[in-house]
Amino acid sequence: MVSSGAAAVASDTGAPADNFPSKLEIRNLTIRYGHTVALRGVNLAVREHEIFGIIGPANAGKTSLLKAINRMDVFTSGMKVDGEIRFNGRDTSRLSNVYALRSRIGVVFPLPVGLPMTVYDNVALSPRLRGIKSKADLDVIVQRCLTRAALWDEVKDRLHALGSLLSGGQQQRLTIARALSQEPDLLMLDEFSIAVDPVTTMRIEDVLKELRQEVTILLVTNLVQQARRLADRTAFFLNGECVEVGVTEDLFTGEVKDQRTRDYVEGRFG
Amino acid sequence: MGTSTQALSNRATDARVTEDFDRRDFDWYVDKLVAGLVFVCGISAILFVLGIFFFVTKEGIGFVFEKMDFREFFLTPYWSPSDAEDPEYGILALMAGTASVTGLAMLVAVPFSLGAAIFIAEFASGKTREVLKVLVELLAAIPSVVWGFIGLVIMNPLLIKWFDIPVGLCVLNAGIILGLMAAPIMTSIAEDALKAVPDRYREAAEAMGATRWQVIYKVVLPAAKNGLLGGVLLGVGRGFGETMAVLMATGHAVNIPNSVFDSVRALTATIAAELGEAVVGGEHYQVLFTIGIFLFLVTFIINLSADLIVRGIRKG
Repeated sequence: MVSSGAAAVASDTGAPADNFPSKLEIRNLTIRYGHTVALRGVNLAVREHEIFGIIGPANAGKTSLLKAINRMDVFTSGMKVDGEIRFNGRDTSRLSNVYALRSRIGVVFPLPVGLPMTVYDNVALSPRLRGIKSKADLDVIVQRCLTRAALWDEVKDRLHALGSLLSGGQQQRLTIARALSQEPDLLMLDEFSIAVDPVTTMRIEDVLKELRQEVTILLVTNLVQQARRLADRTAFFLNGECVEVGVTEDLFTGEVKDQRTRDYVEGRFG
Repeated sequence: MGTSTQALSNRATDARVTEDFDRRDFDWYVDKLVAGLVFVCGISAILFVLGIFFFVTKEGIGFVFEKMDFREFFLTPYWSPSDAEDPEYGILALMAGTASVTGLAMLVAVPFSLGAAIFIAEFASGKTREVLKVLVELLAAIPSVVWGFIGLVIMNPLLIKWFDIPVGLCVLNAGIILGLMAAPIMTSIAEDALKAVPDRYREAAEAMGATRWQVIYKVVLPAAKNGLLGGVLLGVGRGFGETMAVLMATGHAVNIPNSVFDSVRALTATIAAELGEAVVGGEHYQVLFTIGIFLFLVTFIINLSADLIVRGIRKG
């Protein structure tokens, strides 16, 4: 179906009339759950092949943002999304086939979800949904994705054990491998390192740096230092507002527009 | 923030990616088709229920509007529909029969099935657990006429011998039989509810030094209360609607019971016993269907209140 990797980068033709400059453009996005406002008038743009960090305390609306981008609002009763989200220039609220959108966006949620099938089938699920049947092709994809997610060495001898029986950290890496198996155009990680030990976190971070060549990454994290290590630019969210978007290093060296950002990254918050 | 994005601007849009977002492929249509099919199945369930309600109402409604005296119907205990001169249609005694038998059955079944469920889910392990589960499910499959037979042939003489009463077909007999009958299914549902409580809750409580019973009482039971309540109400529904066993074990005598040793007659058993001999379309026939409407409404109210209670719990 859709090729991955370097080939996708080169596509420079056939741009639609309303040529959008960014991979992901969010305009005036407001998300409500009933009467509760989770996100209020957020504007931001994520460029192709950057790692875009989102930091902020709990209840900042970070997860709601990811759900809206992936059109998960369809599943969440009471969730109402206003404003515009453009992915590759397309308004995601006006698509004939949201499944196609989701299949191009990989999401890693905070708590690991090993689906109740074998490790191999977990990773092969998305390629199979895309119609890849050849065992040889699937083997290659499974090995590549598991290797990238820093899990291959630990599970290569038990690919046919249940994925839901792996340890928490392993399941999280399995989740990442599954997201990678989608060959996503955009990879969204929501506090992926919660259930992973520091060494593995570092290995995954290295992988993310490499992946930047191929996919755009949206990294929600509650570890500000992780954002500093990885993100090219970073947005600071607070209580449903996007307080500031800037080059990550600027935020950490004090070149901020808003004092609250400085307080947060320096840990003087609250 | 929008101003600093020119560097990458022209390569950002990958046309091949966005094309897919508008193409409704085979999988998309399969999805719609399946959604349509399950919708039809879901709707047809509702249609069947409405159809049954419509039929029962159609047969009984003539009596309700033309001849029925609500006071006589609900508040007098005289049931003599075959009296040619002056038939009487008071269902108070029948309601008392159903209520007393169902109530006693729940007194037997609730503690019994809850205890069994707690044992299977929390204490038993390995083989014991598996064997017990299979046995309980086997018990649930025993036909009600067999239970009625046990009531008639085994319980009846036993009760006469133990309590020195003239007839052993009574509220006690039917209540025990009905309780034993409802217990397996209630156990099965309660056990599912307990098993659905995640082990991490138990571990968190056990790690604080709570005893096994404290864990069950303070953590597991509250977490499972929706399912447990669902099981109990299903049992009530079962007892309320049960016909054959009740017909055989109650003694089938129109009577407001003074003690558990009195014979009674249940609403359902009355319909089953008399519908065959009532003239189709006649008054007696219509009255029996009126009882059917009443049963239908009460079942509906039980289920509805169960649903509301469970929702209320969920909110709290």
